[in-house]
Amino acid sequence: MPKKYHIDTKKIPPRLPKTGKFGIVDWREDCARCHNCVKKACVYDRYRQEMQYIKDLEEFSAMFFECMGCFSCVQKCTKGLLALTVNPEYERMGNGYYTPDIILTTWNQAETAGIPVSGAGYRGKFTGAGFDSMWTDMSEIVRPTRDGIHGREYISTSVDIGRKPRLLSFENGRLTTALPPLVDLPVPIIIDMFPEEYRFPNLMPMLLAVAVRTGTMVIVDWERHGLPGTDEEKHLSNIIFHIGKEAPLPPPETLKKVRLIEIADSEEVEQRIEEIKAVNPGLVVAVRVELDARGENRSIELAHNPVIEVIHIVSDINGNQTGVEKPRFIKDMTRYIHTSLVKDGIRDEVTIVASGGIALAEHMAKEIICGADAVTIDMPLLIGLECRFCDSCRDGFDCPAKIESIDAKYGVGRMTNLIAVWHDQLIEVMGAMGMREARRLRGETGRALFFESIEEETFGRLFGKRISA
Amino acid sequence: MEGSLARESALKEVLPENTTKTLVPQVEVERVTRPAPPRYRNEIAKYIIRRSNDCTLCGKCAEVCPHGVHVLKPGYKLFSAPHLNVCAGPSCQRTDHYCIDLCPNKALQMVENPMLKAMGDYRWTPEMLMATWRMAETGEPPSPEYGCDYETGASEGGFDRLRFKFPEKPPVELRDDEIDTSIVLNRRDDGRPQVKIDVPWYGGGMSFGSVSNVVQLSKARAAVAFNTFTCTGEGGYMERMKPYDDHIITQIATGLFGVCEETIQRVRIVEFKYAQGAKPGLGGHLLADKVTPAVAKMRETVLGISLFSPFPFHSVYSIEDHQKHIDWIKHINRRALISTKVSTPNDVDMVAVGSYSAGTHIVHLDGGYGGTGAAPDIAKKNIAMPIEYGIVKVHRFLTDEGIRDKVTLIVSGGLRTPHDIAKAIALGADGVVVGTSELVALGCIRCSRCESGRGCPRGIATTDPELAGDVDLEWGTQRIINLYSAWRKELVDILKRFGMRSVSELRGRTDLLMHLDYTNDVETK
Repeated sequence: MPKKYHIDTKKIPPRLPKTGKFGIVDWREDCARCHNCVKKACVYDRYRQEMQYIKDLEEFSAMFFECMGCFSCVQKCTKGLLALTVNPEYERMGNGYYTPDIILTTWNQAETAGIPVSGAGYRGKFTGAGFDSMWTDMSEIVRPTRDGIHGREYISTSVDIGRKPRLLSFENGRLTTALPPLVDLPVPIIIDMFPEEYRFPNLMPMLLAVAVRTGTMVIVDWERHGLPGTDEEKHLSNIIFHIGKEAPLPPPETLKKVRLIEIADSEEVEQRIEEIKAVNPGLVVAVRVELDARGENRSIELAHNPVIEVIHIVSDINGNQTGVEKPRFIKDMTRYIHTSLVKDGIRDEVTIVASGGIALAEHMAKEIICGADAVTIDMPLLIGLECRFCDSCRDGFDCPAKIESIDAKYGVGRMTNLIAVWHDQLIEVMGAMGMREARRLRGETGRALFFESIEEETFGRLFGKRISA
Repeated sequence: MEGSLARESALKEVLPENTTKTLVPQVEVERVTRPAPPRYRNEIAKYIIRRSNDCTLCGKCAEVCPHGVHVLKPGYKLFSAPHLNVCAGPSCQRTDHYCIDLCPNKALQMVENPMLKAMGDYRWTPEMLMATWRMAETGEPPSPEYGCDYETGASEGGFDRLRFKFPEKPPVELRDDEIDTSIVLNRRDDGRPQVKIDVPWYGGGMSFGSVSNVVQLSKARAAVAFNTFTCTGEGGYMERMKPYDDHIITQIATGLFGVCEETIQRVRIVEFKYAQGAKPGLGGHLLADKVTPAVAKMRETVLGISLFSPFPFHSVYSIEDHQKHIDWIKHINRRALISTKVSTPNDVDMVAVGSYSAGTHIVHLDGGYGGTGAAPDIAKKNIAMPIEYGIVKVHRFLTDEGIRDKVTLIVSGGLRTPHDIAKAIALGADGVVVGTSELVALGCIRCSRCESGRGCPRGIATTDPELAGDVDLEWGTQRIINLYSAWRKELVDILKRFGMRSVSELRGRTDLLMHLDYTNDVETK
């Protein structure tokens, strides 16, 4: 039996107190010292832990950061002295897209590598913008992944990156089509370069180590980093060098050892690919296309060019189109590109990798359904290292999460945990959909429900036209 | 497909006679509302009244407040903690008993409770939680003066954006006792009993293990009082529940935990659970911590080992296989109705028709936004459609197929109030299943920690004896009876405003609804 894809994980505790959602903000006078709250009311023993925490504290930074918000202490306090509310520091985290909830769940996933589980049903809005405006579908009775506990062991998350032939030709029973090179990834996740303002130099060797441990690849800015890490030569198969528009190509001895390389989109794309292929014809070349005003059409145009193998479409970190007044979201842009290529009959020939706005595992699954073959991960890895999205680093101040001084064991462990738990969640959602292969999930909008269409189909027929906000 | 049942009469001699009636004497529970005060010392309130040092303890506030907010016990010099949960808030300003204005020393100040921000969520707003607690306490819908906007949540979609178009005046003036809220659960005319329930809802499946046995029994006793049902969930059937057999639905889920012929033969309804809305397509998972000796014994499993219910039934590949399941139950329990619980995939309409053709009496759709137990966060919201869409889709399809009146459509998955229930029925359901609301009535605050460690800190979704001891059976029963009473009154009020004599008249009346996000200019009936 072939070896199953598996990522080894280990619990990696946080270095800093978590900024929790709840806080006891009021502990008014007149406490009877009955210790009801400490000994009985709090089933999580947070009061005692807090006492120990404060005793051992080197610097004061948080109170009751692990409070679960059950209100038992508030309601059972003998004298009704306690009050609980949302921690304002928690509310300040994030940037609108990366909400405090996303940040907290990412911290927990990077710590435990466990799929987040909670009770009491769904708590959020009916629908929302971006990825929140779609649901994945499931198969009620008939499904292909029915063997075993959930059939999980038969679900493949691997994807192929590269150009595929439109058809295969045979002569006298022998294959005559020259097969183009393909890169096989066990999980549809590539580690992307962090945006300029978040590029901590110490992270690059760690990101490479994460790519090696998870069997995926990391995009490295050739001009800036060259070969990262000490064992770089050993791990060239996990590196995708990104070559800027004007940047020189890596030396031939390096080009001969890598499997995949990425070049920035430019007028000279064809010429550059030719230069690279001249050195190593077995190398897959991706073109990085910024999703600005012309990004979608440019991607479609590139896909029609037979020398283009992979198109890496890149939105901003929040998944938005760049440089336009009313930006479109990555999921919609991907659907447009995917659908156009399907209509043109060439979708299966190129690979699309999508970047930006992939903040949760569910986004990965949904983006693949919308038409990407694979996605990249960047900011969530940084958040996994306890980044709070405070943007101090962007503004030139010290990082409160001290990311520049983390040790490799912690950094690699946390980031590996995060990729592992995303992989597990992808399997979870694919299991529910009855999908056996991530390759087949790509563009499978029949396994999804889109808010606009289902609203129109059900409520539109009953209540007329939807009034746009 | 119903042929197999037609042949049933020929099999009488080999079918167990004991399933034609309930063997154990059944307990009666009175349908009476009685005050069931909150079990916490400090009930959370919408408003806080602060008393400054200017208070001279004159007692005027206690004297004027008809709600009993201010408490100055005889013989005591100081005020006790105020009962803020019964305070009517600023709306009281319009009356002649507004304590803030009447205090001679202006020593009182009213502010909105900042704790509300930390409580509830978009689906269950703090006001909805508090109003549900209030209904469970009093058995009455909160009066408008109470100041709680609890009819809708803040999810900005689905039920929360639907409103009834009430006529200015009811077309027919009806008394409350002229309005019938009962529904029939067997519409197949297949010789099986015509089970009728007095209210268009019953309690959802919560297994022993996911909730305490006191909670299960409280639900069962309230079901008896209202001549409706509650469901065992998947964890087996406690001996203590036998006196309530006539009002219990036992569930056969994919793990088959606690399933045996003896328990199936006890009941009037057997439910096949194919999926559940909170985690469609994923099966069930009871975490190791909750597998206590009692749970392990009931489920015939090993103490402290996580339990998985796989998805789906490994013996069901088709509707024909599903029919074999149904026939199996129908042959070992001759009076049982069959319910098929499924979630809401895109092809839910086909699933519903298939279930009907396999011989089910009740199609139970469980939408994606409900659930009381633990579920992976990725499953919530992200898999399958909300129930609002599912109801319309299935009702429409069953109607087009000409079989709408031969099957009972029951829905669940995020129905929180009597208004949601009425809207679900107007969209096309016959009735609903409720779960979370019952737990809220018992003091659940929706902290979402049902799954962690010892379980629910509120003593509800737990098997820890110490925590579960916080809920008393009599109190729990009364709270749910009170909630049901308040709901029934609200539902009767809605029907009365439409001049309808029966809740079944409301079914599928989408013309009585409007959606706040639509032009509402389509003629429907």
